[in-house]
Amino acid sequence: MSGNGNGHKYKVVLGYGTCGIAAGATAVKDALEEAVEGGGYDVDLDIAGCMGLCFKEPVVEIFDREGGSVIYGDITAKKVPQLLDEHVGKGQVIEDWVVKRSEDPNACEGDFLENQLRVVLRNCGKINPESIDEYIGIGGYEGAKKALTSMTPEEVIDEVSASGIRGRGGAGFPTGTKWGFARKSPGDVKYLICNADEGDPGAFMDRSVLEGDPHSVMEGMILAGFAIGARHGLIYCRAEYPLALKRLDIAIEECHEKGFLGENIFGTDWSFDVKVKKGAGAFVCGEETAMMASIEGQRGMPRPRPPFPANSGLWGKPTNINNVETFAAIPWIIYEGGEKYAAIGTEKSKGTKVFCLAGKVRRTGLAEVPMGYTLRQVIFDVGGGIAGGKEFKAVQMGGPSGGCLPESKLDTQVDYDQITAAGAIIGSGGMIVADNRTCMVDLARYFLSFTQDESCGKCTPCRIGTKRMLEILERICEGKGEPEDIDKLQNLAADISAASLCALGGTAPNPVLTTLRYFKDEYEDHIFNHKCAAGSCPALITLRIDPETCTGCGACVKVCPTDAITGEKKEPHLIDSELCIRCKMCLSRCPSESIISE
Amino acid sequence: MEKECTCSNRFADVDDLGPVDEIISKYGSEKGALIPLLQEAQDAYGYLDEKIMRELAQRAGYQLSQVFGVATFFSQFRLNPIGEYLIKVCHGTACHVAGATQITDEVSNQLGVKEGETTPDNKFTLESVMCLGACALAPIMVVGDDTHGKLKPTGIKKILKQYAGPTAAAEGDDA
Repeated sequence: MSGNGNGHKYKVVLGYGTCGIAAGATAVKDALEEAVEGGGYDVDLDIAGCMGLCFKEPVVEIFDREGGSVIYGDITAKKVPQLLDEHVGKGQVIEDWVVKRSEDPNACEGDFLENQLRVVLRNCGKINPESIDEYIGIGGYEGAKKALTSMTPEEVIDEVSASGIRGRGGAGFPTGTKWGFARKSPGDVKYLICNADEGDPGAFMDRSVLEGDPHSVMEGMILAGFAIGARHGLIYCRAEYPLALKRLDIAIEECHEKGFLGENIFGTDWSFDVKVKKGAGAFVCGEETAMMASIEGQRGMPRPRPPFPANSGLWGKPTNINNVETFAAIPWIIYEGGEKYAAIGTEKSKGTKVFCLAGKVRRTGLAEVPMGYTLRQVIFDVGGGIAGGKEFKAVQMGGPSGGCLPESKLDTQVDYDQITAAGAIIGSGGMIVADNRTCMVDLARYFLSFTQDESCGKCTPCRIGTKRMLEILERICEGKGEPEDIDKLQNLAADISAASLCALGGTAPNPVLTTLRYFKDEYEDHIFNHKCAAGSCPALITLRIDPETCTGCGACVKVCPTDAITGEKKEPHLIDSELCIRCKMCLSRCPSESIISE
Repeated sequence: MEKECTCSNRFADVDDLGPVDEIISKYGSEKGALIPLLQEAQDAYGYLDEKIMRELAQRAGYQLSQVFGVATFFSQFRLNPIGEYLIKVCHGTACHVAGATQITDEVSNQLGVKEGETTPDNKFTLESVMCLGACALAPIMVVGDDTHGKLKPTGIKKILKQYAGPTAAAEGDDA
């Protein structure tokens, strides 16, 4: 945003998405409002969605009249008076709190943002998501207006095809081609669905876009509806995202007021409307046929394809489904041109992709990078490397359908085909970084317990097969693994992949297959040596106290449920491994981190 | 922001069919409205009692098996009442890697209940949920309407204390 709007000396913008609120942004908001009301500061207060700087939440950005800005992180209600006094009152930047300043964008943690290229997140953290006027003020709805008043539906599809964008929900199917099928499919009534059922654990970009820039999703849907000939739009959003649901409702209402949704939108004879459907919690509903069943009020179970939704989808009518991130990129493509989008990225994967950096990475948050960046660039240049100075071990990509890549694959380019060849998938874009304290067998067990739990039960390979795989993984983690378990896992994985009805089952074995491919030694260590080198699996570890660092504070003694820890006050303590049940309660209590699990 | 008060009698009694009347008149015979119907019923009663499901099935024209089938398929629906505060400990990947198991263990120890159970004083119900989408602040849990991030087992006691006092419910605001 240039300048600060309506004549005030400064504009103070608070990041107000779920991450920010979870970190305490509501208290900061109250403190800011109170201070500005009482203190007579010459500022305009505003909120914005998530800037993606989750590691520094709550985040406040202060703009001056010239358009320069300073982003402050870790702001608390207590810091607000000082922040306003020094920055707004005296014009002095509080260096210690700075995350990024526009004068020297790469300094501090600024390179987190500078190393990104933001297309989908172009407005996130910059505009108030609850104000359509702010979106219009930066050129919003120009793309839709341009398309509806001066382009044919075919021209819109051609532009999207020219951009080369592939569906960002996970499967990576070319969006332009998909729209073409839906356009050509005969029928008066067609449906357009936005898949906002972000169920992959570890992915939160759709939430951030819906919370931070709901209008770009609306505009993308208006364009898609026009292109394929659908007058009915639906957003299927998880109930776990209350703030996103609230902001979508506001956005839809504002669109009606402006004449962007409803009858004869943008003054044309085209009509299009959008309704929100709240999901009820089922991972399988990310699969399109299961999602449609759930919209129809049934149990969310997939059905075989064909018929494909483009021919027979919701209520038996032609239906086109795209993901939030895909829709959010569409207005940019129409406004800037497909060619400009296609100029970003690799030969077969165009444009940018948003990744959610989480786990043991130093800077957690949203990272949007051009396709073709290497994993190393994303994790180290953007993410700032591993937290706590520990060693990188693996990156888990693509959630329960994805895989874990080791250090040797860090130079793989982020590109649908290259990531798949390496053994993972781009999927929806979750990137969970693991360090040497993460056990890969346990991680595989975790994902299988997830898919097993979420399997809808319709087809046997997925329902029973994932259960059998999980049982094997559980016994390996408990130190009861058998020599033939690795072969059994591989055989089961092949059968489940080949015979499952939908992608949930078809990809469920992936976390096991990639960990077997890259971390087979850990499985063998568990099975043959009864050891968990990461110190994670309770049945295979011993806990001991480092006498060098133990201060003898006794915190561990108090929490030990079996009285296994003894020692004199202010003297190093000892754990009796006969009595220890390895619950790790002491480990989390120890203030000097002296308890070692190995 | 919250209109709803978080005190223990925030839910309607299952003998009061007023909310059912409202829900039926809102959705009538709308095609495919079974899920929103059940969602609103759960909002009103706190859970889906058999009596309420029977009532909804009959009035909206569904087979009871259909209603029960949907209610047991989706994780959002509960068939048992919950305490005053629902504690949802996130077990998404980032939270798992960051030690969500220890968080659940600690909450469980503090409250003396296992997952899915409610404390005898009807104050807390403990649940595990899949990703809540605030992975960057892992591990996280939600108590009532409040999200708490970057948790450590050592900090759980203090957080629970905020909700334990009799006044917290009466004030209904703990943001």
